[in-house]
Amino acid sequence: MQITSPAFKENARRALSDAQLQKALGHVRSGFIDKRQYAVEALPEFDALRDSARAIKDHTLAHLDLYLEAYEEKVKKAGGYVHWAETAADARNVILEICRAAGARTVTKGKSMITEEIGLNEFLEKEGVRPVETDLGEYIIQLRGEHPSHIIAPAVHLTRDQVEADFRRAHDHLPVARDLSEPESLLGEARRVLRYQYFQADVGITGANFLVAETGSSIIVTNEGNGDLTQILPRVHVVVASIEKIVPTLEDVSQILRLLARSATGQDMSVYTTLSTGPRRPGDPDGPDEYHVVLVDNGRSSMLGTEFQDMLRCIRCGACMNHCPVYHAVGGHAYGWVYPGPMGAVLTPSLVGVDKAGHLPNASTFCGRCEAVCPMRIPLPKMMRHWREREFSRGLNPATQRYGLRAWAMFARRPKLYRLASSFGIPLLSFFKGRKGSFRYLPLAGGWTRHREMPAPEGRTFMQQWRDRDAQKQEARA
Amino acid sequence: MSGREAILNKVRAAIGTAPEDAARAKIVKKRLANPPVGVIPARGQLPEEERVALFCLMAAKVSATVERVRKPGDVPKTVAAYLRSRNLPASVRMGADERLETMPWKALKSLEVKHGPATADDEVGVSHAIAGVAETGTVVLHSGGANPTTVNFLPEHHIVVVDAKEIAGDLESVFARLRQTFGKGKMPRTVNLITGPSRSGDIEQKLLLGAHGPRALHLIVVDGG
Repeated sequence: MQITSPAFKENARRALSDAQLQKALGHVRSGFIDKRQYAVEALPEFDALRDSARAIKDHTLAHLDLYLEAYEEKVKKAGGYVHWAETAADARNVILEICRAAGARTVTKGKSMITEEIGLNEFLEKEGVRPVETDLGEYIIQLRGEHPSHIIAPAVHLTRDQVEADFRRAHDHLPVARDLSEPESLLGEARRVLRYQYFQADVGITGANFLVAETGSSIIVTNEGNGDLTQILPRVHVVVASIEKIVPTLEDVSQILRLLARSATGQDMSVYTTLSTGPRRPGDPDGPDEYHVVLVDNGRSSMLGTEFQDMLRCIRCGACMNHCPVYHAVGGHAYGWVYPGPMGAVLTPSLVGVDKAGHLPNASTFCGRCEAVCPMRIPLPKMMRHWREREFSRGLNPATQRYGLRAWAMFARRPKLYRLASSFGIPLLSFFKGRKGSFRYLPLAGGWTRHREMPAPEGRTFMQQWRDRDAQKQEARA
Repeated sequence: MSGREAILNKVRAAIGTAPEDAARAKIVKKRLANPPVGVIPARGQLPEEERVALFCLMAAKVSATVERVRKPGDVPKTVAAYLRSRNLPASVRMGADERLETMPWKALKSLEVKHGPATADDEVGVSHAIAGVAETGTVVLHSGGANPTTVNFLPEHHIVVVDAKEIAGDLESVFARLRQTFGKGKMPRTVNLITGPSRSGDIEQKLLLGAHGPRALHLIVVDGG
């Protein structure tokens, strides 16, 4: 997909003045947070499970080559195929080949962020294979020609009215007078329309939440059941998964499963957790004849062994964006690529380059809620700081910012000079503050005063006040 | 160089290791052979009767309906009563699971039992779970010659029979049992962990039951199974 991350500021401005979007985002602010909180409080072992899950992923990443090999061996033993794709283009081509070999004209798809990342739908369409998204949210945004604005709730930026309008436009074979006023009727219509597609499809493509080295199983975690219909009805099942989805054993899966749904939707467990191992067995009455796994690197191996390695623990629950004040304000599309919110602010520069995505790690107040709720204890703010450092050291941020920071650093490294300058500056600002005690405009601080007033200092610097306080204490003691 | 070698080489270079490092291989082999058990929530660690009660409670919390019967022979008439109470046609789809096969379905003359994988027209599917998980109210099913997976997903109503004595406290116990049944490192094509009927919150975060899978999940817990 087209990257618009370099235009983050413009995107954000547009998002803030989009009334429909702001109405839809209200549901994020009110919905996810309480549900997660309730589910987490009901499980006393939640924090212990977070430690356990972090240790599992750290161990796996430290032995990733070996677990990948072990996993591959098990998939093959179960009669499946493993394809290794270094880049997005490699992955697209492998998938197309599988579709061509199956003579596929229609493929159904379960919800998968990695297929968004590799731009699979546009590619397949161009090559004459019709992809049909079957997750309700994904289906809606596919009808609109959009991309997900949230990693687990792809259509969270839309209101019911918009969905109704899309369905009326896309399902023009249905009676115009039908009642679509309730979300229930919209869901019912999507269910009926998509039912037919599952049976039409020659290939079903899903992502994976986990790949289990012990058994060669891929696991999807869903609520709708669309992923399951996608992978049991067509003749060929293709799993697309990035290499860090590997976990060693079923015990490890159990640990992380207890975190995933609680962090994502506040459920104890999602409705469907499905383990798939190889194609249908001799004697099985249903299931696919072929089972393929496409293992995608696309930049993950370059994060290993760097200060961004911890990001590879991410299980894509979405808790960080659900709790992010910046995401709440601008929504997911403003981030300009596949992954929004705090996890996107760290991952996107890793995958597409900080030159393109440098705004994202800067679009943070560092309030720390993302790290506080991350089930995998990923230090997201710290990694955003690492990106800011890299951006600065490569000279990618604007000159005024760089010179400003340099000037500040020059004073900050020389405490005497800093105190001297502030002992002049603070009284000066205090002198000009006027009756309101704040400034509507300040030279060199237009970015601040354009949106809010700058409170004026009280007349003395912090250091001066601290000295006075000490002196008073001494006096009191004497 | 193949994609496989390229990726593995990059991963090894990033970790700073060589493929012939025997110590690392040993660690991995050991973990795969003897998986360490992590944190098990106390919630499900209960004596059998309380465990089954917790299972029923948790399943009801996720909008499944739950019924308990005294013996396997009671299942067919319970199914028939469910169909009547929901105004459903007297017809069910099921595989050839031997636990279901031994139940007296034929005694119910008016109930049609269709065998084999589900079709788009089936309204009710009946399956037998291999286990339940009390911790979350989950039922566990797997594919096999006698157990089509389509029965779990295509019908609007899914009725799942589970023996009370097969209800475990936690997920790990169920996985351990699967290992015993199929052999270490082996799995049937599909294992389904099902927790409530299908749902979606994709339109304005409003939770709606009955997305693409069953609208209703009815669990029949057999006490003397």
